[in-house]
Amino acid sequence: MVDFSGWDMPVEYPKYGGLTKEHLAVRTGVGVFDVSHMGDIRVHGPQALAALQHITMNDASKMAVEQCQYSAMLYPEGTFVDDLIVHKMADDDYLLVINAGTREKDVNWVTGNTRQFDCEVENLSDKYTQIAIQGPKGVATLQKLTDADLSKVKFYCFTYGTVCGLPDTLIARTGYTAEDGFEIYLSSDEATSTRVWNEVLKAGEEFGILPCGLGARNTLRLEGALSLYGHEISDSINVWEARLDRFLKMDKGDFIGREALEKAKAAGVKHTLIGLEATERGIPRDGYQVTDLNGNEIGYVTSGSPAPFLKKNIALAYVPAQHSALDIEVAVACRSQAVKCKVVAIPFYKRSRKQS
Amino acid sequence: MAFPAELKYTKEHEWLKVDGNTGTIGITDHAQNSLGDIVFVELPKVGTEITAGQSFGSVESVKAVSDLYAPISGTVTEVNEVLNTSPEEVNKDAHAAWMIKVTLKDPSEVSKLLSAADYEKFASEEGGH
Repeated sequence: MVDFSGWDMPVEYPKYGGLTKEHLAVRTGVGVFDVSHMGDIRVHGPQALAALQHITMNDASKMAVEQCQYSAMLYPEGTFVDDLIVHKMADDDYLLVINAGTREKDVNWVTGNTRQFDCEVENLSDKYTQIAIQGPKGVATLQKLTDADLSKVKFYCFTYGTVCGLPDTLIARTGYTAEDGFEIYLSSDEATSTRVWNEVLKAGEEFGILPCGLGARNTLRLEGALSLYGHEISDSINVWEARLDRFLKMDKGDFIGREALEKAKAAGVKHTLIGLEATERGIPRDGYQVTDLNGNEIGYVTSGSPAPFLKKNIALAYVPAQHSALDIEVAVACRSQAVKCKVVAIPFYKRSRKQS
Repeated sequence: MAFPAELKYTKEHEWLKVDGNTGTIGITDHAQNSLGDIVFVELPKVGTEITAGQSFGSVESVKAVSDLYAPISGTVTEVNEVLNTSPEEVNKDAHAAWMIKVTLKDPSEVSKLLSAADYEKFASEEGGH
């Protein structure tokens, strides 16, 4: 167990086979994660939408009820307060799912920057146990436990249903694994949480379900090149650099960070996120230096690891834009040796979009 | 978990087998078990001088890098090249998957290492795995 932002969490479940098996279970079958550490903020009231439009970079006005949207809250500098998933419960009611490590900062940020709007901000983080059921067999696993017709729930949408006898449970087709799957939100009491966890494990037994820890969560999201706060995104990295501009809607009206991002774009983006794949023996890891082939430092690795499904050693890194073209060769200073890597397209892994 | 009685141990989870003036070094079953799937082993070249208590290489699982610490001082005479291509051998049998062999510089250092019983006690107290 490790301390993760104050949560006592398993890196892996060795008794069930450990990180690599957990990772592969999610890619080929199904895995279940306890992600109750994620924070939850409800914004509701007549001006909830206007408030959200002001504090997030994506266009929440485009959302339908029971839809989810990946977005981020930005500082005036165009850098990240946090990334998040917005859930539209009703026209005047939204649920923001945020990171554990930034929970307090996020709650203060949302509260502090929505005062001018007629809406209420509630921190519901401790009210929910959040369980993620991820993988191609996620839908078949969860379907056994609910009356909701999951085949009707599209990716990045949600519904309500009775799950393990618990009525009106929020069931979202979201996740952080670059795989199909669901995240369900239950009352956080321990007996209920434990019972549902065990029922999910039982339901997934025929598909080889494994409980998955933080380690697999990290390698799965890395294969999908999904950003992690404090690594690919932070208060010193802007949206262009992080290559998250497909979620940035500059034309939706004013919002915090917009002006700085307009200027940053006009000035030219100097650093950019790239994908790297080691072309010789060695494992690039978080914080290692990236150099050119002459050994001159040009950047740093934000996340690096062996990729259990791809069976390659991969990394995300920041480098100057002129080193970011595909197939450029660079090196990563892996402890005692410089390991050659080439720039590759991200995401490293992309699932086929066929849904059951 | 195995703690062979004929081996000596460090608190950093290496084992040492002494045969005359030659020492064979690896990591313990307890260590491989807590590291998880081992995917990379970095070892010194033959001829390298290693010093008791100092790092002589590293072992990497998917989740982390760990230094390898020399139980004793000496000169590397042999390296288990199999681990370059099959690092998972360490998970299969940590006591068979030796890493390096050295010529002991000072055999009296051996007496400073832990016995199997003491190491087992130490490992269980460290616990958590």
